[in-house]
Parts: sequence; structure tokens; C-alpha cells
Amino acid sequence: MRPFAYERATSAEDALRRHAEGAAYLGGGTNLVDLMRLGVELPSRLVDVTHLPYDQIQLDPNGGLLIGAAVSNSDLAADRTVREGHPVLAQAVLAGASGQIRNVATVGGNLLQRTRCSYFQDAAKPCNKRNPGSGCPAIEGEHHNLAILGHSEACVATHPSDMAVALAALDASVHVRGHAGERVVPIEDFYRLPGDAPERDTTLEPGDLVTAVEVPPLGMPSRYRKVRERASFAFALVSIAVALRVDGGVVRDVRLALGGVAHKPWRARRAEEALRGNPVTEEFFLRAAEAELEAAEPLRDNAYKVTLARNLIVRTLAELGEGT
Amino acid sequence: MDSEATPVKAEITLRVNGAEHRLDVDTRASLLDVLREDLGLTGSKKGCDHGQCGACTILVGGRRVNACLALAVAHDGAEIVTVEGLAEDGRLSPVQEAFIEHDGFQCGYCTPGQLCSATGMLDEAERGWPSAASEDLRVDPVLDDDEIRERMSGNLCRCGAYMGIVAAVREAAARREAAEA
Ligand SMILES: Cc1cc2nc3c(=O)[nH]c(=O)nc-3n(C[C@H](O)[C@H](O)[C@H](O)COP(=O)(O)OP(=O)(O)OC[C@H]3O[C@@H](n4cnc5c(N)ncnc54)[C@H](O)[C@@H]3O)c2cc1C
Ligand code: SF4
Ligand code: FES
Ligand code: FES
Repeated sequence: MRPFAYERATSAEDALRRHAEGAAYLGGGTNLVDLMRLGVELPSRLVDVTHLPYDQIQLDPNGGLLIGAAVSNSDLAADRTVREGHPVLAQAVLAGASGQIRNVATVGGNLLQRTRCSYFQDAAKPCNKRNPGSGCPAIEGEHHNLAILGHSEACVATHPSDMAVALAALDASVHVRGHAGERVVPIEDFYRLPGDAPERDTTLEPGDLVTAVEVPPLGMPSRYRKVRERASFAFALVSIAVALRVDGGVVRDVRLALGGVAHKPWRARRAEEALRGNPVTEEFFLRAAEAELEAAEPLRDNAYKVTLARNLIVRTLAELGEGT
Repeated sequence: MDSEATPVKAEITLRVNGAEHRLDVDTRASLLDVLREDLGLTGSKKGCDHGQCGACTILVGGRRVNACLALAVAHDGAEIVTVEGLAEDGRLSPVQEAFIEHDGFQCGYCTPGQLCSATGMLDEAERGWPSAASEDLRVDPVLDDDEIRERMSGNLCRCGAYMGIVAAVREAAARREAAEA
């Protein structure tokens, strides 16, 4: 690992200033330290942002949440108001990593963790995301766990975060502190598709500090489901976050997002449209899944994900529909 | 890569198993390396150095964490317990005793991490923390075998001693409950 200086930020302005001088933000370090050890990230300065006063979860009177960027993944998932009002979020966080990692991982770091594409993590290999213009060996090579939607000729990686999939379904937004002041970015505009610039995972500008995540009230049943290669402690092949409001056997409101299928958490608007106002039956669940997955462009070795995503959509909607 | 570059040093204080240590560490050093190399506490093991196996699990401020991904320099002032500190006054902890009773190991390499992880996990369960195995997040979970397996999934065992590990953790949980009743 390359030697680096370690500093603690004393305020947001202080963090931004140090970043402008070349320091990288350090959260819990569970992704960044790993990538530094692998030689993928080579910062010469780290500025620790976990001691900034962003360690609270605030509940507003309407049932919305403001989650500080330094809140640990464990504390978020254990929070009573989150478990009560936004169970899909707690479930998504609990579906990620291990108890040890969740105790350390922060909300900000979780949002900004990098892809687990094996070429990205191997500094000796070409990879457009790590080294723009060097090529994407995954397209011809090992890609069974990579994207089926929204990928480009430059990159077929998936975003690894479970939490972000729930946040996409919940219409969350990210509070950002940048050089030009504070702003609030809807999660759908926060992440991006690879296009011809896969080196950028998000629309953040250099130095932007994530300070909080805002989650509007939900008020309907919700659930997270994740399919992976072993029962626990593995990244998603496909995952799903769903919220569903049923009245008189008809879908009144629905939010659906998929994980493990694209460069960003995939909000399934077409499926939602196909469901809204229609009966809660398997036939309509299947139609909705197909409406969304029509756009899928699987690679040589990951067509199974299309089937998996379809079945997961149908099954999770059925499970949620039953309870209502 | 930059093997020529000069290391950056920092002075930190760690409280490990009750004893305070002032240390001059390389900023790149993990807590695992500092515990093993500088303090001679070789109980914590390095299985993968990537957060994937749990052999390095220790308790920091009472919480279980992977020592291999924790930068020592970021933990100035931390209160740490390693496997060497689980026993009190020469008496094994209930978790340690249960691992012996139920054959919770074969080669023993993963065991220090399993013991620290189980210790931290039982505290989490006592605080009512849910897991991915909890069906209803509104109620406090009951530690059945599915819950134990899920909560211990960050600790791999190449010997496959999982049957004994689950039995040991189940027993330690029951003893703890009995002690409190
Ligand atoms: C073995 C293993 C298994 C895992 N399995 C899963 C899984 O199944 N599902 C899943 O979702 N995740 C999984 N993870 C990933 C884990 O969730 C992330 O490593 C963690 O959430 C990152 O949080 P952190 O605070 O440690 O971030 P760090 O590693 O500290 O930082 C990550 C990135 O975020 C940036 N950053 C941090 N905080 C801020 C901020 N406030 N503002 C701007 N930038 C910031 C850093 O500069 C860095 O680029 C796994 C990790 C490991 C090691
Ligand atoms: S899929 Fe993306 S991350 Fe993976 S090798 Fe190609 S460019 Fe790199
Ligand atoms: S050595 Fe830390 S998790 Fe494997
Ligand atoms: S006892 Fe050998 S690795 Fe677990």
C-alpha cells in the first residue's frame, strides 16, 4: 500500500478544504482500505469524516427520515422507527455484508462503495472504470454477475449496494455539501448509467461531501428480497425492493427497484405503470415484470438474471399482496 | 508499488484488554497488524485481509469488527478486546466454555474470530437488533438456529465445524438468559 497521511475533519468546510488539497474522504474504510490494499485506490492523504456531527437519525412528524451520513449500517437497521416505518430499508441493509462490516460501514460509504467487478478490483487488468480508455475485459470475459440493463460498450458493471436499492424504491434523496454550497439530489439523479464515462459512478462533483440521506414517509407495506450464490454474506445476483398499497384487490400505489442488474439501482417505472390500477393477481405481476425486462440486454453468460429478476418480481409482489 | 516512498508515522493510544499502550504506528497498519506485530497478541488471525472471513474479529468499543480493515491510526483512543481478553480472572467466558463443550472447532484457526464475533453478536441480540433472518422487524427477534447462522455468517470455518459452532452459540445464549433471569 502507498504511504498516506491521515487527518480528521473538524467540520464540513474543513473536510472540503482538505479534499481540495488532495485528500480522499474516509468513512468506515471497509471498501476504501480494501481498494487501497489492492492498489486500486492510491490516495496520499485520507481525511476521516466519521467524526463529523452526522451520526443521528431524525424522524419528522410526517414519518420521514433524515439519516446522517456517518450513521453505521448496523445502527440504521436496528433503529425502531426505520424498522416500523421503512422495513424495506432495514431489510436491505441487513441483507448486505456481515455483522462485523455493518458495525463499521457508514451510510455515506455504503452509497459510494465501488463495483465488485473482478477486473475493476485487479489493478493488473485493463478496466475503463479504473483506467479510462483501457477497455472492458468483462464484456468478453467473466460477467455472469454483471449487468443486464442500461449497460454500455464501455462498462457492464453493477452497483453493489443493497441499501441504495431500497432508497431508490423509497424516492430518497441525498444531501450533499459541495464547494458551491448545499444541495439535495434525488437518488435517481445521484447514480448514473455508464455511457462512455464509466469512471463516474455518480453525478457528484469532486469534493462533494455526502452529509445525509432524506427518506420521505412511506405508509405502505414494503419488503426487500435478495438472491445470491450462498444464503448469506454475498453480493446480490438480483435483488428487489418493493412497496405496495392494495385496496379492494387493486394496486393503488407501488414502488419497485431492482439491484444487481445495472450500473445503478434500477427503478422499475414500467413495471410500476403496468401494475397501478390493476388487480393483484399473478397474471398482472408477470405482465409488469415483462414490461420492465423487455429492455434487458443480457450478456453471453448472464441471461439467467432476466429469468431471476422476473421470478423475483412476481414472487415478492405476491408475498406482499397476500398480506394486505 | 511505491515501495520506495517513506512511511508516514502517527502516535496513537489503544486500550487493549484493559491495558493502555502508546504506539508509533505506520498509517497503513491495520489494527490486526498492530495487535499481532507490535503487541504480540497473535490470537487474532489473518485469514484473508479483506473482510471476507472473520478470522480477525475483535471487539472495538464493545462492537465486533474486522481488525484487518480497520486502520489503527483511525482508532486512536479505542477500547479493544481480543480473544486474549475474553476470559476474566482466569475463568473462560461462557462463550469460550460452550465452544469447548460443543466441539465448536477443529483446527482452531477461525476460533478466536468466532469467539469474539459470538460475544459481540449476543450483545447485539440482547439489544433487540434484527438480522436478515428476522421475519417481522417490529418485534425483537428470538435467537433460533436460523438467526444464529445468519448472524454468524461473517465468520467462515474451513474445517466446517459449523454444527458445533451453532450449538455452542445456542448454549451460550441460553446461559446468558438464565444468568439474567
Ligand atoms: C466482504 C464484504 C462483503 C460485502 N457485502 C456487501 C453486500 O452484500 N451488500 C452491500 O451493499 N455491501 C456489501 N459490502 C460493502 C459494504 O457495504 C461497504 O464496504 C460499506 O458500506 C462502505 O462503507 P464505509 O463507511 O466503510 O466506506 P469507506 O470504505 O470508508 O468509503 C467508501 C467510499 O465512499 C467515500 N465516502 C465515504 N463517506 C463519504 C461521505 N460522507 N461523502 C462523500 N464520500 C464518502 C469514500 O471516499 C470511498 O470512496 C461488503 C463489503 C465487504 C468487505
Ligand atoms: S465492467 Fe466496468 S468495471 Fe468491469 S472491467 Fe468493464 S469497465 Fe471495468
Ligand atoms: S482477515 Fe479480516 S476478515 Fe479475513
Ligand atoms: S476450526 Fe478450522 S477453520 Fe474453523
